Amino acid sequence: MVLNVNRYVCGYCGACVAVCPHCVLELVETWLEIGSGCTECGTCVKICPVGALSLDEVKA
Amino acid sequence: MIDTEYDVVVVGAGPGGSITAKNCAERGMKTLMVEKRQMIGDPVRCAEGIAKHTVKKHIEPNPRWICAEAKGFRIFSPSGIKVEMVGEFESGEVGYVLDRKLFDRALAHEAARSGATILVKTRATGLLIEDGKVCGVELEHLGKKFCVRAKVVVGADGVESKVGRWAGMNTSLKPKDIETCAQALVYDPSTDQEFCEFYLGREIAPGGYAWIFPKGEGCANVGLGILGSFSDAGAPFNYLNNFLKKYLPNAKILEIIVGGVPVSKPTDGIVGEGIVLVGDAARQSDPLTGGGIGNAMEAGAIAGEVVSEAISEGDTSAERLREYEERWFKEMGKRLMRNWLVKEHIISLSDEELDKLAKSIADVKFKGLQLYELLKHLVRRNPKLLWKLKGYI
Ligand SMILES: Cc1cc2nc3c(=O)[nH]c(=O)nc-3n(C[C@H](O)[C@H](O)[C@H](O)COP(=O)(O)OP(=O)(O)OC[C@H]3O[C@@H](n4cnc5c(N)ncnc54)[C@H](O)[C@@H]3O)c2cc1C
Repeated sequence: MVLNVNRYVCGYCGACVAVCPHCVLELVETWLEIGSGCTECGTCVKICPVGALSLDEVKA
Repeated sequence: MIDTEYDVVVVGAGPGGSITAKNCAERGMKTLMVEKRQMIGDPVRCAEGIAKHTVKKHIEPNPRWICAEAKGFRIFSPSGIKVEMVGEFESGEVGYVLDRKLFDRALAHEAARSGATILVKTRATGLLIEDGKVCGVELEHLGKKFCVRAKVVVGADGVESKVGRWAGMNTSLKPKDIETCAQALVYDPSTDQEFCEFYLGREIAPGGYAWIFPKGEGCANVGLGILGSFSDAGAPFNYLNNFLKKYLPNAKILEIIVGGVPVSKPTDGIVGEGIVLVGDAARQSDPLTGGGIGNAMEAGAIAGEVVSEAISEGDTSAERLREYEERWFKEMGKRLMRNWLVKEHIISLSDEELDKLAKSIADVKFKGLQLYELLKHLVRRNPKLLWKLKGYI
């Protein structure tokens, strides 16, 4: 599985960054960056208030 | 011009960062505050409610950034039973409803006026650590990376804080320790411009609440927070749409706001060697109300004082800086601990039980009371339901 962010949906609030246990996500203005080290735990997916994050079979 | 060395570098220009920077600069500290956004205060992640006396402690109130003044609040239980309070409240976020875009900028302006240097569109990307001691930050500004040394680094980088994590403090939030929120600034002349309203219930906002705060000129901040452990992808936004449909079907949405707010148990461990955390970064928001503007400013004022003294004495060890944590805990820790316990208990109650609580105090005419006294009434009248809280209220 791979974590994807739909940038047309993201509200760039940083809630996902706050809960990422591995410090993989970074918010730069409106750009959510997914770094390396993601364990696909899905915590950020659940937290996202607008549903911009998803775990998919392939990288979007 | 940016120097390569400062007494204090503050990361983040929210209320916590600006008040810290102001208090350091006022004491003669060479202070730099960096903010990754190109515009301080925007986008807003807040319902913008705050008690008046808290504002007045830190800045002269200015109608430019005060949108509305609430004279009280109402809480609606799941079945709609109303509890009303009029007056100013100790820990309630009720009083002024701010325009955070202008308010945050006004606070940064105060810091600048006190002598702090401010750099926007400048992101901290890491810490300089030597012999286990934080001694500066790595920054990125318009594609350029550079380092700035500091005697103390202040992490005021909000809910998404990394500064503490870089220094080895574990500040990541578990889903049960964060409210995930969605809000709309709406125009709807039917909104009550004198009261802040709170709505409870599992159908409305599981593990949290919905709010309607007046914003003046027929506008209101309408939003809700859901406890992270009860949330699912996009849930806050869906609940918000349902809430709007039910309570304000004619509302016209002028702005959408999303964000997370820490509601964790107050923690120690917010200082280290050459580093302190302030505001949401230190998880200092109120776990019951989710209010964090005032707490961030209060903490910033204490941090600014202690950090400046520590630097003047030439001792910026964790041990010396711990005075900040101790004073903060003395001033706010007890209340936050109590509110955390109350929140933990309230989220375990069913809608029927919440109705019962509301019913038990619906006839009380609260006036100028404190949130604490409302809780006391509740515990006194519902000893069985709230026995867990008895020792704390
Ligand atoms: C929907 C919602 C409603 C709320 N309603 C209320 C309310 O009614 N009343 C209330 O009191 N509180 C409320 N809060 C909480 C309140 O918004 C926060 O507690 C408050 O903003 C905390 O202030 P702060 O200075 O600690 O952090 P912030 O205001 O979040 O500021 C942190 C700053 O740091 C910057 N930053 C982050 N990382 C970096 C980096 N690496 N480099 C440089 N800069 C960085 C960010 O861009 C940001 O500007 C609400 C929160 C939400 C989400």
